Amino acid sequence: MSRRPFTPKVVTANALLEGDAVWLTEDDRWTRDMREAELITDEAVADDRLLFAIAQPDVVVGAYLVDAESGDQGPGPSHFREAFRTRGPSNYAHGKQVGE
Amino acid sequence: MYTYNDFDDAFVRERVAQFRAQVDRRIDGSLTEDEFKPLRLMNGLYLQLHAYMLRVAIPYGTLNSAQMRQLAMIADKWDKGYGHFTTRQNIQFNWPKLADVPDMLDALADVGMHAIQTSGNTIRNVTADHFAGAAADEIEDPRPVAELIRQWSTDHPEFQFLPRKFKIAVTGSPNDRAVTRAHDIGLRMVRNDAGAPGFEVLVGGGLGRTPMIAEVINGFLPRADLLPYLEAIVSVYNLLGRRDNKYKARIKITVSETGIDEFRAHVDDIFQHLRGEFTGLDQQMLAEIEQSFAAPTFRKAAVDKYDNARAEGPAFRSWSDTNLALHRAPDYAIVTVSLKAHGATPGDATSDQMRVLADLAERFGHDELRISHEQNVILPHVHKSDLPEVYATLRDHGLATANIGLISDIIACPGMDYCALATARSIPIAQEIATRFDELKLEHDIGALKIKISGCINACGHHHVGHIGILGLDRAGVENYQVTLGGDGTETAQIGERAGPGFPADEIVPAIERLILAYLGLRQHPDETFLETYRRLGLAPFKAALYPEKEAAHAA
Repeated sequence: MSRRPFTPKVVTANALLEGDAVWLTEDDRWTRDMREAELITDEAVADDRLLFAIAQPDVVVGAYLVDAESGDQGPGPSHFREAFRTRGPSNYAHGKQVGE
Repeated sequence: MYTYNDFDDAFVRERVAQFRAQVDRRIDGSLTEDEFKPLRLMNGLYLQLHAYMLRVAIPYGTLNSAQMRQLAMIADKWDKGYGHFTTRQNIQFNWPKLADVPDMLDALADVGMHAIQTSGNTIRNVTADHFAGAAADEIEDPRPVAELIRQWSTDHPEFQFLPRKFKIAVTGSPNDRAVTRAHDIGLRMVRNDAGAPGFEVLVGGGLGRTPMIAEVINGFLPRADLLPYLEAIVSVYNLLGRRDNKYKARIKITVSETGIDEFRAHVDDIFQHLRGEFTGLDQQMLAEIEQSFAAPTFRKAAVDKYDNARAEGPAFRSWSDTNLALHRAPDYAIVTVSLKAHGATPGDATSDQMRVLADLAERFGHDELRISHEQNVILPHVHKSDLPEVYATLRDHGLATANIGLISDIIACPGMDYCALATARSIPIAQEIATRFDELKLEHDIGALKIKISGCINACGHHHVGHIGILGLDRAGVENYQVTLGGDGTETAQIGERAGPGFPADEIVPAIERLILAYLGLRQHPDETFLETYRRLGLAPFKAALYPEKEAAHAA
């Protein structure tokens, strides 16, 4: 049975207190800047990192693995939904796009 | 309007205190998210894409000035200085912090408001005709009945864990402005041949994944039987409704799988049993509620200031032609304040705008405001002589857009700019359509037209009942917009027909423009609306306008 090859991923969630999007870094922090996230290229590591995230219910909510792309400044989103999560809404300059 | 009695106040305060303790326990780690989620949803708190979102009920869309000012205060103190009015007569705050929410709920309780049952598998905020108590075509004000339903359904012990959410809408007018046929239960106030008041009861309507128009379960339900009958319907649904599949759990599926006749027979059985348990207390409560909805004393005064302003000011005339509706008192008008300035976010009001509206309601509007499911604000009782001053104040605050019922008066859900369920954005599409048709200066020539946009299949933007409906989807990682045509949310309700393949984001506005230009060429006379033209000609000529390449390929 053929399996789809593993594509690079990041662990993301929402912060418990503020509710905004956060990403897991290699040194076990939660960052508001996706470019600082750990880009995971190995499936076993990905599963392990997700478990690590889920085990922090007093810090983050709804952790999940999502596809990401490697860029010059660090990992970036590969789907428009994840791109919006790095910026904020398009109708007002609110959220991460203005450093909130 | 209704003011909380000691019981209501104590109940809401107790709920806030409970929720405050639950939030504390969530933050200190003693509650997991799985444990906390149902608790926060019962109190209207969602977690969205960028932040928490608090959904506050505006029962049957009615507010007084003190409540509107409090919403403005909440927006300033705990949010970003604005609120979003929704298609179910709620207001949503998009940026609260978890720890602040109990304080926000306390501030709501201070003015007799709450966020209870604005989410979860319960009976949701009861909606009503936004012209209730004011409309010239009204048989009876539906709000006392809606308030009775609010009290009956709030924390109803049997209905806290329904198979799925449950929405009730009430109208007191033959012209259905409350989309009753797209609700789980729709109530239309009618009179029988003997003149006795009652309801036509509709059941099993809904939009979403499987859109359905409600069926009549009871053509005339006597007024006094309302609560036991509603309780019977929801009980039958609670027993028969599917819990194995979220997408088949709404009552519309229960009714269509069971068949309306068998469903009705079940309801009648339970009703016979329940009828005796309602011994008149509900009617006594209704009588008390009715007193608090007594109509204001309407002033009699000359209206020449209004007539003169119309004669002298084309902008005022245009606004009064478009944004006023017939009031039951001849010297009064119902003012619809557009929250759809061209290029603005449909349904959003800044805290300053909320305060201006509150002031206008207090000075000129018998202290009443309404929120419509079409995401506008209504001053239901304004004497015509006051309209020039009301207009001038609205204009100074970006609230005098003359577009009610026109192409830029678009319903749009928050879409993927905010909503965690969305598959595409809605707001930018609404903004671009409104801006484009404002540039073309065609809006008033096009006339009555309802565009409704949803950012996912759940259809909060009511796209199925838009004359033009737009549904945003994710097609292979790209936003894509499907068009439906010929939908109608009124008493002649109809689900729109899908026109064909969807359009990418940068092609949807030009497609709508082609559609409208085609309509202008097809209509028999300037008074034939888009919907009438569509009903006369059907999909074909509109499809040809939407997909000209296919048409050309077909001809070749």
